[in-house]
Order: sequence, then structure tokens, then C-alpha cells
Amino acid sequence: MTTTLTPRRPRPPAQPATLRARRLPAYAAPVIAVAALLLAAALVYGAGIGGPVLVVVVGALLYLAGLFVAANAVEGRRSARNRTWSALIHSAFVLAVLPLASVVWTLVSKGSERLDANFFGTSMNNIGARDANGGAYHAIVGTLQQVGIATLITVPLGVLCAIYIVEYGRGRFAFTIRFFVDVMTGIPSIVTGLFVLAFWVLIVSPWFNDGRPGFSGFAAALALSVLMLPTVVRSTEEMLRLVPAPLREGAYALGVPKWKTILRVVLPTALPGIVTGIMLAVARAAGETAPVLLVAGGGAAINFNPFENNQSSLALFVYQQAGEASKYSPARAWTAALTLVALVLVLTVAAKLLARRNRLGR
Amino acid sequence: MAKRIEATNVTAYYGGFKAIENINLTVEPKTVTALIGPSGCGKSTFLRSINRMHEVLPGARVEGSLTIDDQDVYDRDVDVTAVRRMIGMVFQRPNPFPTMSIFENVVAGLRLNGVRRKSILEEAAERALRSANLWDEVKDRLGKPGAGLSGGQQQRLCIARTIAVEPQVVLMDEPCSALDPISTLAIEDLMFQLKDKFTIIIVTHNMQQAARVSDRTAFFSIEKTGDPGRLIEYDNTQKIFSNPAQKKTEDYITGRFG
Repeated sequence: MTTTLTPRRPRPPAQPATLRARRLPAYAAPVIAVAALLLAAALVYGAGIGGPVLVVVVGALLYLAGLFVAANAVEGRRSARNRTWSALIHSAFVLAVLPLASVVWTLVSKGSERLDANFFGTSMNNIGARDANGGAYHAIVGTLQQVGIATLITVPLGVLCAIYIVEYGRGRFAFTIRFFVDVMTGIPSIVTGLFVLAFWVLIVSPWFNDGRPGFSGFAAALALSVLMLPTVVRSTEEMLRLVPAPLREGAYALGVPKWKTILRVVLPTALPGIVTGIMLAVARAAGETAPVLLVAGGGAAINFNPFENNQSSLALFVYQQAGEASKYSPARAWTAALTLVALVLVLTVAAKLLARRNRLGR
Repeated sequence: MAKRIEATNVTAYYGGFKAIENINLTVEPKTVTALIGPSGCGKSTFLRSINRMHEVLPGARVEGSLTIDDQDVYDRDVDVTAVRRMIGMVFQRPNPFPTMSIFENVVAGLRLNGVRRKSILEEAAERALRSANLWDEVKDRLGKPGAGLSGGQQQRLCIARTIAVEPQVVLMDEPCSALDPISTLAIEDLMFQLKDKFTIIIVTHNMQQAARVSDRTAFFSIEKTGDPGRLIEYDNTQKIFSNPAQKKTEDYITGRFG
């Protein structure tokens, strides 16, 4: 037998003799955490370099280090890495949620001061700098009408556009549409406001308005729908692409025409995701200030007609009240901000429930 | 009601790739025909070109003539949805519509083609589910989602959905490959019953299955990867499995292929 040159293979790691391994006791992690916090407090206050925030930060770092060392000593390196990374990922989650919790807390604590019937029942008409009352009724009406109209315009347009791109579009034309939808995503809201100001308010609206250009809530809705459109198109597109091809083929194989397959099989399957995308767009539109200011002009009085005269909106109300020289206006701004967030939340929950209603109970 | 299918020089492409070439084959009414052959030899492509599902994929096209009772399904003025109503299809993986209940799944083909009256739909659903041997298992939960059934039940649901529109031909693309032996047996039994009414063409990798269920067997093969698939031999199942005319068929059936 001759010796041949065989390439050296990497050896598989040695098999452990037993499946059992030593584990840190369950109380180890909390004990290390408390010890780390105490140590951090001693260090920070002993050196006199900071307050409770620094204690938590130093404590977290010490906890990570302590956990790694302890786990490394008892359980081995792989397990130590696992524990450390788990702890890091959990801390990242806490860090991400902190700003949200802080925002909610600030809104609720500061917004509750004017959370009364007067705020929701009156406008700012004839409210001077020395008046403590006054409310956002006109702004709520404006937001609901503008966002409502914008949604009515955007949803059919956006969903149809996404259906075209996913189901029908072939080649260069579909690619071009996708490209421009992507470009639209990056348009700043002030620019859409300027666009509607130049196009609708100054050029088109004089035709309906005895030759005078006029602000209107509808113009704001137009600007908002330009903002919402790319979000709706892209999210709907992604959701439609997630619908498995076999479902479409299953419907085709039953002799169902393509349009009906899309309407009755593909869209219902993608509906929850599409609704989520629409609600993201609605939330974004409801929070826009600049376009409303540019083309609806704001205003203190209640205006139920979105097609004529100035309208305000909640976001614009917050902006204006926050800049007002009155000691009562900051409270109004906070309450309006709280109202806006609550409104978007309620709309989102309602939309999700509606989308789920026609799904089947398990 | 069942129809005769005649393929003449059928050639199918995926873009620039020729998947099958010059397939000539006649399927008699009320028979079960099995298509067998190694992976990638074009059995499924041929099956999908019968009910014009091949062209659903971008860039895919079919040449040659495929007639069903002397009507060419590839004629210019043929309505593709009419072809697919006449030639139903069951897929490899069960694909019930996830937003629909069991009942809605079964009557989907009827309802989406405009049948509204509840009594008709209910009757059709029961008939189709009974034919698919599924009625007893689901009759108390017709309102529950179709996706909640087991894999074998889902596949029988898809078969029920297919036969509810009363096609004349049923194409089955490896209908049992994702199923356990008991569900497979149920579906094979089903094929025996359906044979009375429908013409059935089944693609299968399981040669015992082909031998058990089919009257005629077509063996497809390719020379090498990248070549188009061709029909090597087409004969009575018994002849193919006992005394094939072609050496290639024998090699494949006895496991000496490749």
C-alpha cells in the first residue's frame, strides 16, 4: 500500500461525554444585577461624578461583565456568550421602548390639564391671550376631514397602483413607476405643500372661486395624499408579493379570471398587512403640519366645509399654540398633541379590528 | 362528459429554455393516465400546458397543438378561463384559500364564477366533499378555516374544490407527494371513483402509485441536463411495467436509471 497525500480534514469537535452540564442557579442573574447596581452606586456616589442615570448605566455594564465572568466560570464560554448577548438584546429593547414610554408619559401628564369638555367642544374663535378656555374642536374637525379625504383619495389609487406593479406590470413601465414611487417616499412634506400651493391653490382653485385663489381643507388633503401615496403603494406591494403564487394558481385552475382572483383571493389574503400600511400612512399624514399651514392656512373658527376657506388641523394647532404668547396656550398644545396621538391610536385599532373581522375564527 | 385529449408536437419553453419537445400523446376519456420520469424531464410542464397554466409564468410559452375533443385549447379565440373550467387541476402542495372557510373553499370555483344561490352551493359542496371522501370528517365544521385541516384533508379539500366546478378532465401534479400513506391511499381510492366521470392525468414520482392507479402510463426522460424532455414510451400501464418496449423505460422502472 502506497502512501498518498490526503488533504487534512478539520477535525469535528470532540463529543461531550455527557449531555448534562453545570448551570448557574436561577437566582444568579438577579443577585449579579443587584450586586452590580450596588457597586455602581458606590462607585458613582463615592467618586461624586453623577446621579441615578449614571448608576443605572454603570450598573448595566457591570452586570454584563459580571454575568459573563460568572457564566464563563460555571457554564463555559458558549453559554457565557449566549447569556451576554441575550442580556444585550433585552437592553436594546428597553432602550428602544424608553423614548416611547417617556413620550406617552409626558403627553398624558401635561395634556391632562386641559382634558375637559370645553377643549373638545369649542374652537379658538374670539379667544384672546388672557382667556383660559378655548379648545381644539375646529382642529379636530379639520384633521378628520383632511385625513379622511386624503385617505379616500390615496387608498384606491395606491392599492390599484400596487396591484398594477405586482400583478400586471411587466418591463420598463412598471419599473419606472416603482422607481418614481421610491423617489416620492423621499419628498419632504413642505415640498408637497408647495406643490399643492402652486398647482391647486394658485392655478386650479381660482376656477371655482370667482377668480380668487383660496385656501381650503381639500387642498391640505391633496398635499397629504401626495405624502401618503408612496407609503400605501410600497407597503401594499410588499404584502401582495407575500401572497404565495400557488394560491393564485389554485384560483386560475378553477377557471377564475385574473381580476377576480386578485379581488377575491389575493387582496383578502393580504388585507391585514395592507391595512397596517394604510394606517402607517394615515398616522404620518395626521401628524403633518407644514402642508396644512401652507395650503389650508389654519384658522381659529370652526369650518365644516373642506372645500372653502381656511381650516386648521391638530398638528397645526399644536404648532400655533406652542408659539403663542399666552400662559394658557402651552396646556392647549399638550392636550391637542395627546388628542392627536389618541386619535391615531383609536383609528389604528379600529382598522385592525375591521380587517380581522372578516377573517375566520380559529 | 369526459373528454379525449390529443397532444400533437407540443413544445414548451421557459423564456429561452426549451423544457419539452414534440410531445405526441392521446389520452382516452374516463381513464387514468400516469406521467412518470426523472425530475426535470418536463412531466409537470406538459401537464401545466394542458390547461394553459404553463403560460402563467412570465416568459413561458407553448407551441404545437393540444386538442380537447377536437378543440385546440391554444386557438387564438379560446377563452383561457373556459379551458381551465373544463380542465381542473390539483397541485403538489395543498393550497386552500386561507381567508375562506371549508365551505367557501369548496364552492370558491362556483361562487367566483357567479353562482350565488345558497341551495345550489350547499348541494354542490356536499356532493364534492362526499366525492372527495371528506364529507364525514368536516360536515360539522364547514364554517371553520380550510387551512386548519391536516395536510391530507387539505389536499382532499383541494380535490373537492376542483371537482365542485365539474370539470371534464382533472390534472394532478404529484398530489400525494406531501402526504402520508393513509391519505395517499384515500386519494388513490378517490381516483378510482372519479374515473367514472372524469379523465384523469396524474404526474407521480411513485412508480407503485402509477402502477396501482393508472390505465396508461407515459414515460418522459431527458438525455442530459439542459436538454428538452421527450416522451420515450406511452402504453398500457401493465405493458410498461412488465414488458416495456424501450430500454430506457426498463432502466428507469427497474431503478437502473442514470
